[in-house]
Amino acid sequence: MSLARSISNSLFKHPNGFLVLLLAPPLLWLGVAYLGSLSVFLFHAFFSIDEFSGFIRYELTLSTFAELFRLSNFDVIVRSLVMATAVTLASVVIAFPFAYFAARYARGKWKALFYILVMLPLWSSYLVKVYAWKLILAKEGIISWLAGELHLTWALDALLAIPVIGGPSLSISFLGTFVVFVYVWLPFMILPTQAALERVPVSFIDASSDLGGTPAQTFRHVIFPLALPGIIAGSIFTFSLTLGDYIIPQIIGNSSYFLGQAVYSLQGTAGNIPLAAAFTVVPIVIMGIYLAIAKRMGAFDAL
Amino acid sequence: MTTAVSFQKISRYFGPVRAVDDVTLDIAEGEFFAMLGPSGSGKTTCLRLIAGFEQPTSGHMEIFGVTSEGVPPYQRNVNTVFQDYALFPHMTVLDNVAYGLMVKGIDKPTRHRKALETLTLVALGSFGSRRPSQLSGGQRQRVALARALVNEPKVLLLDEPLGALDLKLREQMQVELKALQRNLGITFVFVTHDQGEALSMADRVAIFNDGKIVQVGSPEDIYERPNTKFVADFVGSSNVLSPAFSKSAGGPEKWASLRPEKIGILPAKVKPSPGQQSASAKIVAAHYQGSISRLNTRTAGGETINVSVPSSLGRFAEGDEVMLHWPKEALHVMAGEA
Repeated sequence: MSLARSISNSLFKHPNGFLVLLLAPPLLWLGVAYLGSLSVFLFHAFFSIDEFSGFIRYELTLSTFAELFRLSNFDVIVRSLVMATAVTLASVVIAFPFAYFAARYARGKWKALFYILVMLPLWSSYLVKVYAWKLILAKEGIISWLAGELHLTWALDALLAIPVIGGPSLSISFLGTFVVFVYVWLPFMILPTQAALERVPVSFIDASSDLGGTPAQTFRHVIFPLALPGIIAGSIFTFSLTLGDYIIPQIIGNSSYFLGQAVYSLQGTAGNIPLAAAFTVVPIVIMGIYLAIAKRMGAFDAL
Repeated sequence: MTTAVSFQKISRYFGPVRAVDDVTLDIAEGEFFAMLGPSGSGKTTCLRLIAGFEQPTSGHMEIFGVTSEGVPPYQRNVNTVFQDYALFPHMTVLDNVAYGLMVKGIDKPTRHRKALETLTLVALGSFGSRRPSQLSGGQRQRVALARALVNEPKVLLLDEPLGALDLKLREQMQVELKALQRNLGITFVFVTHDQGEALSMADRVAIFNDGKIVQVGSPEDIYERPNTKFVADFVGSSNVLSPAFSKSAGGPEKWASLRPEKIGILPAKVKPSPGQQSASAKIVAAHYQGSISRLNTRTAGGETINVSVPSSLGRFAEGDEVMLHWPKEALHVMAGEA
């Protein structure tokens, strides 16, 4: 009997051994390399930094968490939260019709085209895309040129004159940051939404209409609730990716900090690992609360 | 008698495919009407035309005297029990049944009370708080029925509603559906490919083939007096006999049908009693099926005739020479050719 055959036979006789072999590598990776390092890092949030020496004081304390509520730090949290919420909502609104078309009407060639359109941007480097957007949004960029050609410069100026979200140009404003965030994360909203809609049989829509539901009622009571798990899945991506990103706000925006940037600079140049870890806990807690609310509202009932 | 649904030269094409081809049909109020045919024969499309999911390519349709062209499904007083039941998985059974009332804006206590009444009608009164996924196939079928009935439709459309159930449950539901239809007095239009189902439940049956209706009549009409070879063959797998054979057996020189159970069997060369037509044949295959035995026989002229005899007559074996005989009136001469 060959070696391969005897290995196969012994695995067949010991199915649990087979399971261990199958799961050990990913569990080791997830458990040690991923969760292990993450928890070691997060645990640093319970230490503090000595303000004079700059060394970490290894005594358990909540003072680092308290620091999050200092105005300058809390600003970062609120700004990130508002941005992530706005980006997620905009993604839902833009992604839904697109996903609906793909799930309901696109067949064959059109379906392939849909996937290419959604995936193509993901094939190119994220940095290249963000820098490309800088050119599009810049003061002498495509958008202001187009606005000029269309005699809409006044509208663009009015938009940029809005306090807080406006600025000297789109590339140096929260508005610009928002646009690029939505662009970059949109595929992550479209794909799960489309997958959820794909699983809604046509007969459900027929049934709702048959029972007297107008198209608007059918959307509200049948299509949307059944697509909700997909939308929530997509929003987990758009929300957490926005919360954690430190590159887009650095290149496009008015140089105010977002969560990702705060973590990046605190663990790097500032060397304040405890505060960086405390900042990292914030999006995790926010996501936890968000998912708990979504579950309570029955978002996963259709799963 | 009021006409519930009226098709006047209705056609529905899907590109070059004529799913429904020039169908004219009247379904009376309170009737249990079955549409029977093989898959792809246009029966389901006819049902979808009544429901409003499809619009006819040409022709005119009326539901209780009201023209239905351009009327969307949600404005028709017609409800459907879907083949896959189409119960909403994110709602409880009670909310599923109350859906039709909810979209009409009826307040929650009223619609829940009415939904519960309807659920009780289908013997599922205590299942309201469950999810459809927690029910068996037969229970889901009843929920689908209750959901369609709660709107008090004038016409109830059933698209192969028993197809997914096992045999025993199917037979039980046939009886219940028929009783329900009698009690409620609603017009039922029932689509099926199962001839037994159509014959046992319907007041009238329409046989579909290739988008056309080939015969409409009572179950007896359809079964005893098929007007074409297709109907004879599709309903109860009758023997379709060639004109030459009909003539040799003593009938006119026309296509004819002969039911397997109308044929008697005698030992070879025994003369049947007068008034009977007969043919000698050889058994090609014998299938014992409990109370009856099905025999495939072939005559000297090469005509294949299936015979169904009580097993109590004795066992027959392949190769036995026998004499087949049947009363003259059992040989039904068909009007149509195809």
